[in-house]
Amino acid sequence: MNVLEYVADRWDRLSLQAFLHVSAVVQCTVLATLLGVLIGVAVYRSPAGSALATALASTILTIPSFALLALLIPVFGLGADTTVVALVLYALLPIVRNTIVGLAGVDPAVSDAARGIGMSRLGVLARVELRLAWPAILAGMRVATQMLMGIAVIAAYAKGPGLGSEVFSGLANAGSANSMNQALTGTIGVVVLALLLDGIYVLVNRFTVSRGVRG
Amino acid sequence: MAEKGIEIRLDHVTKRYAGQKAAAVDDFSMVVPAGEIVVFVGPSGCGKTTTMRMINRLIEPTSGTITIGGEDALRIDPDDLRRRVGYAIQQAGLFPHFTVAQNIGIVPGLLGWAKKKTSDRVDEMMDLVGLDPGEFAGRFPRQLSGGQQQRVGVARALAADPPVLLMDEPFGAVDPITRGHLQDELLRLQNELHKTIVFVTHDFDEAVKLGDRIAVLGDRSTILQYDTPDAILANPADDTVAGFVGAGASLKALTLMRVRDVELGQAVTARSDAAPSTVDLGDEKWLLVLDQRDRPSRWVQLNELRRVTSLAGAGRPVQDSVTLQSTLRDALEAIVNEGGRAVVTGGRGEYVGTVDLATVTDVVQQRRANS
Repeated sequence: MNVLEYVADRWDRLSLQAFLHVSAVVQCTVLATLLGVLIGVAVYRSPAGSALATALASTILTIPSFALLALLIPVFGLGADTTVVALVLYALLPIVRNTIVGLAGVDPAVSDAARGIGMSRLGVLARVELRLAWPAILAGMRVATQMLMGIAVIAAYAKGPGLGSEVFSGLANAGSANSMNQALTGTIGVVVLALLLDGIYVLVNRFTVSRGVRG
Repeated sequence: MAEKGIEIRLDHVTKRYAGQKAAAVDDFSMVVPAGEIVVFVGPSGCGKTTTMRMINRLIEPTSGTITIGGEDALRIDPDDLRRRVGYAIQQAGLFPHFTVAQNIGIVPGLLGWAKKKTSDRVDEMMDLVGLDPGEFAGRFPRQLSGGQQQRVGVARALAADPPVLLMDEPFGAVDPITRGHLQDELLRLQNELHKTIVFVTHDFDEAVKLGDRIAVLGDRSTILQYDTPDAILANPADDTVAGFVGAGASLKALTLMRVRDVELGQAVTARSDAAPSTVDLGDEKWLLVLDQRDRPSRWVQLNELRRVTSLAGAGRPVQDSVTLQSTLRDALEAIVNEGGRAVVTGGRGEYVGTVDLATVTDVVQQRRANS
């Protein structure tokens, strides 16, 4: 049985795994964005706060994903919870950093004008500063998503959802029938899905970034 | 239709920043009369911008009172206050992700105007500042020149028809020619609107041109002199003010006077289709040839007039002319360019008279004698 035959034969299971993989990554990216933007908004006005938030997020990223999962399993158990926590933590760095960079990059004259013509503090943040930082935040989300697609594979180690279980069982049963097909399908599937998501980001960028600030 | 300006009164206003010994603004008291342009002028860091920003409470005063139209500004919610006070700054501070129309419509939007009313108002404002709504409404700020951006900035500040306008070096970042045009337009707008305008600049010439009154400010925003441009040019209060007025006070004073204020001379004129032989120059040495619509076109000298058969192509073209609205400084420039005498034209470009060097020097001497 070659790879294509294998995929056709196991299509039901594989498509469900692919869907769960993408679904986990997208949901975790969204969750990390909410969290990351909140953190970014909280610290961007203070250089020390910005440095601290970025340093903490970078530290998380230096922990190997296997190690992080191993640390999380005793707390959250095996399954989806651990996967979600791990993925959100990894996604934070690019998003927090880009939010801070994006907000700090807003021309102070523009914020001043917004205040000066009578926008509330929240209005300035929501209608001007975050809108102008949005392309940077979106770029952070894009990097985070690409990263999570790979890391989500490792999450199968913690019995998380997705294509990772194909790769793992392929590797675990090396030499047996279909083990190569399993590993290949999982890996290629992740790559293809990652490219698809990246294409979607291009579209999101086109429809949500004002023509006035698009490069 | 337009709401006229109201008086602004600052009483013993002081701003002290924590950890700084000297106050940034020290005991500042001033009345800005309703419907006038008052220009704060002074060196960088003298506190003029800080003083202006306390009027709309972008900076909160440490002590003192500010009233706008009799109402205590410190008791109004700051966001409400700022929606009622127009604000225009250097480089316009336009929102790059909003179109021109969205930028101008933002304050009406904040005030909860109906969509239709806002969009009508946006069109009206764009007309007012000389931008065609059909062409510019959908553009983004980065698609505009610096001068156009400043116009949008002024339109945005005026959109909700505030009685008071604060302008912080609004024309500081454009080239000198555009700057001159924008200043002229602000004066034209002010003639229609009669707002109370506080204008901050470090350019004394701009202050002379725009201000009904000028406040020359020193360190910690102390008022060195607060008077009409004329009075400050004629009688600087002290050496610091004199230094700021700078050299060439007489030339600067010329920007205060318009060609329409002086007595015009008359040249001998003839239509271009007249026969040269019928022209009688009298004691004059030059003939001014007018076109069919009475617009000045060429100067012809006495001895050339004797030789030519038609006036149409004779002599040399009129290079530089001024209008009745031009300042005497512009007129002086034209006089120098034209070699002693400049043509003055009316609203439709038609010939109304001439102005020469003697007229200008007379005016300067008369001013000096009066002050």
